[in-house]
Amino acid sequence: MKPAKDKVMSTAEDEKESTDMLEEQRSSGEKTGMPPTAEKNRGSDRTKMSVEHLNFYYGETLALKDVNLSIRENHITGLIGPSGCGKSTFLRTLNRMNDIIPRTRLEGRVLLDGTDIYQQNIDLSVLRRRVGMVFQKSNPFPKSIFENVAYGLKVGGLRDRTALEEKVEKALKDAALWDEVRDKLHTSALQLSGGQQQRVCIARALAIQPEVILMDEPASALDPISTAKIEELIQDLKKDYTIVIVTHNMQQAARASDYTAFFLLGEVVEFDETSNIFTNPKDKRTEDYVTGRFG
Amino acid sequence: MMQMARGAIHIKGFVFKGLTIAATAVIVAMLVLVVGNIVLNGHQQLSWGFFVKAPEMGMTAGGIFPAIFGTVALVLLMTIAVVPLGVLTAVYLHEYAKPDSRVARLIRVAVGNLAGVPSIVFGLFGLGFFIHFIGGGIDKFLLGGEVAWGQPAIIWASLTLAVLTLPVVIVSTEEALRAVPDDYREASLALGGTKWQTIRKIVLPHSVPGILTGSILAVSRGAGEVAPIMFTGAAYFLPYLPTKLNDQFMELGYHIFVMSTQSPDIEGTKPILYGTVLVLLILTFVLNLLAILIRSRIRMAQRRAR
Repeated sequence: MKPAKDKVMSTAEDEKESTDMLEEQRSSGEKTGMPPTAEKNRGSDRTKMSVEHLNFYYGETLALKDVNLSIRENHITGLIGPSGCGKSTFLRTLNRMNDIIPRTRLEGRVLLDGTDIYQQNIDLSVLRRRVGMVFQKSNPFPKSIFENVAYGLKVGGLRDRTALEEKVEKALKDAALWDEVRDKLHTSALQLSGGQQQRVCIARALAIQPEVILMDEPASALDPISTAKIEELIQDLKKDYTIVIVTHNMQQAARASDYTAFFLLGEVVEFDETSNIFTNPKDKRTEDYVTGRFG
Repeated sequence: MMQMARGAIHIKGFVFKGLTIAATAVIVAMLVLVVGNIVLNGHQQLSWGFFVKAPEMGMTAGGIFPAIFGTVALVLLMTIAVVPLGVLTAVYLHEYAKPDSRVARLIRVAVGNLAGVPSIVFGLFGLGFFIHFIGGGIDKFLLGGEVAWGQPAIIWASLTLAVLTLPVVIVSTEEALRAVPDDYREASLALGGTKWQTIRKIVLPHSVPGILTGSILAVSRGAGEVAPIMFTGAAYFLPYLPTKLNDQFMELGYHIFVMSTQSPDIEGTKPILYGTVLVLLILTFVLNLLAILIRSRIRMAQRRAR
């Protein structure tokens, strides 16, 4: 990846900090001295990622305006809003996937466990291993199911065959796909149904054990039964992962997420617990949207 | 009146359709004439001896083995040079250079122009650059004036051909890279892959059929060119086969040129000339067929997935 030289750093106070910072954080999470259960419980009110005064530009166009959000650990944060409101763009700022789009620019800060992911010397591979992503269109590689799920592990440097097999199996189990594919791990992922392909993509993202999983309308192209399976899966994943999910579907947001942010024209109109957004919105525009008056 | 106007339009349509058919028929007739003439006059030459023997008695008897051997060696060396260079250039242009950067655009224009340069110019370029400048330089500075590399040789001829066929490889590789869905690149990056890992593990494997097609097209183009090798390494006649990179060589296309223009007994060489043309034609057809076969096999394998 190119260094983010055209990114404007606002208050990058730790510019000298080395690449290893993200890596250190990742391993130190497990040795904070607390028993894992305590960590889990404490996790429920902890802020995993926070976004401060984020502006995002495509060329000269301002696509995100002064976005401020905090994402709770082990919760599901839903992003809703009409098409083109910037919710996908916002999602992609959280693991710097927008870096690959030419002529984009970002101002403000995005913190992951307190570290600004836009400061210089951030290793994007490490960042993206901590903040995984599932795309709207299921996009398994034209490789076998096994190779798809093992991909992230292999590029991360894991070579040991037994370890790979174990991790692939675990990821497929976590993605509720193992029983359907255990006998055909070495056939093409492209031969699976649409819903299964999307679960391969989820398994692929889970295999590298990220802390945060970003999902961009993961069920939008699927039939109702596959959608239900994916939704159920997301609920199961919550106990181990922090999830940010973009959705078009209002019911899905209401059912699935704990917190909901309503985006409109690049701004966050309202951000609150999901029940408040849907039953007691403070802003007129939110009310209009969630009651289906536009969008 | 109406009826008449409609009739005129119908006649125009009919005439135009007739023109397209006539044009196609002319092309087919040409092809049949050319191939038919060569096959009719050349086929009785094709014997085992023709393939394995060297020319004898001032090229009026014997075979063309040295020319076949030279052609294969030439094209092989050319491929070794042109494929990595062309693929790397295409990867730079498509994966690393910014899509609308001035440098990338300039390089693309340069590559396009390279493809339009007459092949005799490449021959002269090869003579000046490879033989005199590089070869002569090696002789002067490394061998103390002994002439070993500053003379026509198979290495210089194949490098000249490599320059000539470079655009074919670059353009077809870039096309293949363009056909790799961005979804795959994004997925790989999102899983923590670096740009290099993404290119090596996702983009390049997916582009193999396109790269292979480009390479074989380059080979079949290179195998048919005479002008670039005339000054750079092809020999009129050699009693031995090339065994070193700085040996000269015989080549099918050049052999045809020599037999039809330089031979002291043109009538006597005619049957052999026809046979040689037929062999060159078959070689090119086989190469193209091979390209198509390999490509479709890889595509099928890709569909079934690895």
